[in-house]
Amino acid sequence: MSPDMKLQKQRSLLVILAWLVPLAAALLAAPHVVGPFHTLTILYGLVFGIGVLGFNLLLGYTGLLSFGHSAYFGAGAYTVALMVKYFKIGSMELFLAGSVLITALISLVFGFVCVRYTRIFFGILTLALSQVLWSLAFKFFWVTGGTDGLRIPTPSLLGMAPGTDKMEFLAFRYYYYVLVLFAVCVAVMWVIVHSPFGKALQAIRDNETRAEFIGIRIRRYRLIAFVVSGSFAGLAGALWAPLNGLATPDILVWTFSGEIVFMAVLGGFHNFIGPIVGAMAFTYLKTYAVGLTVYWQLALGTVLVVLVLALPKGIMGLVEIVAAKLRRAR
Amino acid sequence: MEFLLIHGLNALLYSSVLFLIAGGLSLIYGVMRILNLAHGSLYAIGAFTTAWAVGAAAAAGASNAVLLLVLPAGAIAAAAVGAALEPTLLRPFYKRPEEYQLLVTFGLLMIIEDSLHLIWGPNPLSAGQVYQFFGSVSIGSARYPAYSLTVIAVGIIAALALWAFIYRTRFGVVLRATSQNMRMASALGVNVNRIYIQAFTIGCFMAGLGGAFVVPGQSAVLGMGVEALVLAFVVVVIGGLGSLEGAFAGALIVGFLRETGIALFPEVELAVLYLIAAVVLIVRPAGLFGRT
Amino acid sequence: MSLLSTQALAKSFGDNRAVDNVDFTVKQGEVLSLIGSNGAGKTTLVNLVSGLYRPDSGRIVFEEKDVTAQSSYGRIQAGIARSFQLVNLFDQLTCLDNVALSIFSREGKTMKLASLASRDQAVWEEARGVLQQFGLDSKAAIPAGGISHGERKLLDVAVAYALKPKLLFLDEPTSGVSTREKAPIMDIVSAIVRSGGITVVIIEHDMDIVFRYSERIVVMHQGAILADGAPDEIRRNDEVTTTLLGRHVTAETDHGSPGHAGH
Repeated sequence: MSPDMKLQKQRSLLVILAWLVPLAAALLAAPHVVGPFHTLTILYGLVFGIGVLGFNLLLGYTGLLSFGHSAYFGAGAYTVALMVKYFKIGSMELFLAGSVLITALISLVFGFVCVRYTRIFFGILTLALSQVLWSLAFKFFWVTGGTDGLRIPTPSLLGMAPGTDKMEFLAFRYYYYVLVLFAVCVAVMWVIVHSPFGKALQAIRDNETRAEFIGIRIRRYRLIAFVVSGSFAGLAGALWAPLNGLATPDILVWTFSGEIVFMAVLGGFHNFIGPIVGAMAFTYLKTYAVGLTVYWQLALGTVLVVLVLALPKGIMGLVEIVAAKLRRAR
Repeated sequence: MEFLLIHGLNALLYSSVLFLIAGGLSLIYGVMRILNLAHGSLYAIGAFTTAWAVGAAAAAGASNAVLLLVLPAGAIAAAAVGAALEPTLLRPFYKRPEEYQLLVTFGLLMIIEDSLHLIWGPNPLSAGQVYQFFGSVSIGSARYPAYSLTVIAVGIIAALALWAFIYRTRFGVVLRATSQNMRMASALGVNVNRIYIQAFTIGCFMAGLGGAFVVPGQSAVLGMGVEALVLAFVVVVIGGLGSLEGAFAGALIVGFLRETGIALFPEVELAVLYLIAAVVLIVRPAGLFGRT
Repeated sequence: MSLLSTQALAKSFGDNRAVDNVDFTVKQGEVLSLIGSNGAGKTTLVNLVSGLYRPDSGRIVFEEKDVTAQSSYGRIQAGIARSFQLVNLFDQLTCLDNVALSIFSREGKTMKLASLASRDQAVWEEARGVLQQFGLDSKAAIPAGGISHGERKLLDVAVAYALKPKLLFLDEPTSGVSTREKAPIMDIVSAIVRSGGITVVIIEHDMDIVFRYSERIVVMHQGAILADGAPDEIRRNDEVTTTLLGRHVTAETDHGSPGHAGH
């Protein structure tokens, strides 16, 4: 590596550390600094962040817009709920293992069917399949509790019982547990998108004909991406379940899939951390909107329309524009 | 025998409304290649507007005959909204990757759903007076609401009118030409922008008409648009995106399947519908009559 | 030794017999030009051999093995690669990435999920080498969508070349490029393929380039092979010149006299 390139690499590393270190510190300190309300909001943001990170493997890196990701998130949540209901399981680790396994299976089956198509047909198919799951959760009420849903009690973490103070459990121990898993998921996804496989996905996104003509079997790669993406969403769903305490069909309905897409677009899906930023921003936005007005859907819908019209690259796109302007000004 | 007839009529009733909604969705996609996720919300606009208009007219002392004339108000409202939306919020996206349409129409869905809440409040609105006015007819030893028969008739008339419009008028020819090859049509002097706004308005009119005519029989409730969209989806998937015959056939199939499901296996009725849609998408993605 | 041969290969699109009963052979190591007017069937033939289209009838034999039933994936594994007339690149990825992808794919490394691509120095060094050979090393870090048309044409060839194929089809490698830039592109291309010992088939419309760079010329017309031979033979072939140029040309008559409108 030339000395110039070495310098460039060091500089970009410094830039990344410049915001990463304070952010990590803030996230670590949060429960002790801000009240439980904010801590829980951040917690929801982290959980959705994992889900949208997985979602974006398909959209940003493979060029496939899934409008049915609620299926995997919801499947993860319901797996936890059903493990509680039928097997009286209370261990978070078992919840995670079970959810990832089941959602990986579901994404394998659904994905096998969906990756034969692209663009709008892919979107429609993912939506239709997620509605199949939704309708099952809705109708088989003696299994799923129907619209009343299923309760999920606080789980044990690494064998340690949650204790009686639910708020304390969620805002501290569960928070750090999720934070660690979040960091692991980010690291894993980072490796995946920067691996040769990740490059191949981007090739498929940019030009599927050429990808095929350099020897990449596009359907196979799309399927793998689909399963990884679905599994991340399932993991997120499993982490969401104890936090929310209740799994209802609302987590499987297609409009929730739309929210997942919204989060990715809000943060900027052309970017690695965009989806995470989007998830956190959306969670805050929705929490405040819901608190402010009963017409929060109107507010958020307007944000989405304006976003797509004026700022299609989302928050991170805006950050890039500003950063470029600053660089030129120097 | 009556049992079959009653269920058959129920299925036809459901199919009529479905055809109006799905036909509009398919028409819009066929001409403009736009998949409007807010289409169900236009159906809801139709339902709420008509329910409100009928209620207001009834309160003002209008006779039953006048109430009937007020019914289509919802369709006109939906058409007006469509005519306003297309040039402002959809046109900027024709040149962009098609995924953006899904995003902007999803945003529109959220806006419209809450606007309905804002304008008409959280409670259901009904136009039951019209329903009562029609009374019921005898079918064998059972009574069947005459209004439902009216809706079935409206559905059939709409299908015929639309068919005639598209295949027997000059405008229809231009519409079909534009849907098959927009660039060619434009090069031949067709004002594509005008065709698009007209097609979109007609599609929204149809959805609104569905809502307008459904509302005497069932109340306008918040969330009906979201529900209707997915069902419309199932219909166009089975029938074929972009095909009016497909919307017709799909609506019939879904209507009868649903009725059979409700009569025999109520729990899985809904799941079966979506599953069939998924199966059709897998086996024949173009649907029965569609072209990809 | 015949590297590739097609036997009675045919493909129709509706009534149009795009490739009509073609017996086409390519010998190991040669540089061959495939010429003919538009619609002659050249690109369809290449699409059939590379696996983009399935033939209606006939066989394709590569290295004495029947590959007719194989998909494009199989043909690529066997050693057939192609570039595209309308440039097909991974526009959001850098030029270096574009070439590196071919190498990763060739080495069977694209399935690796769990390791960073940047760690595989061998691949990146080879990719840089290829870019250098094609004169594109200054554009290594620039996305493929951001370079000039001529550079994109070169990159398109480089991506196919990086697969180290045994048989390389170049579909109009200089189309859309200004006359000034054509020769340098062809110089790079021919130097590279000659040094690598790859067998090359070039579809080309520019007759100067055809006569300058090929060892053998195959002329197609209306889906069939009209003539096949060394450049001099083809130049002197009256049928070819009449079909391609629309008139009878000899050294004496072609002096730009009035009335010679040419096509």
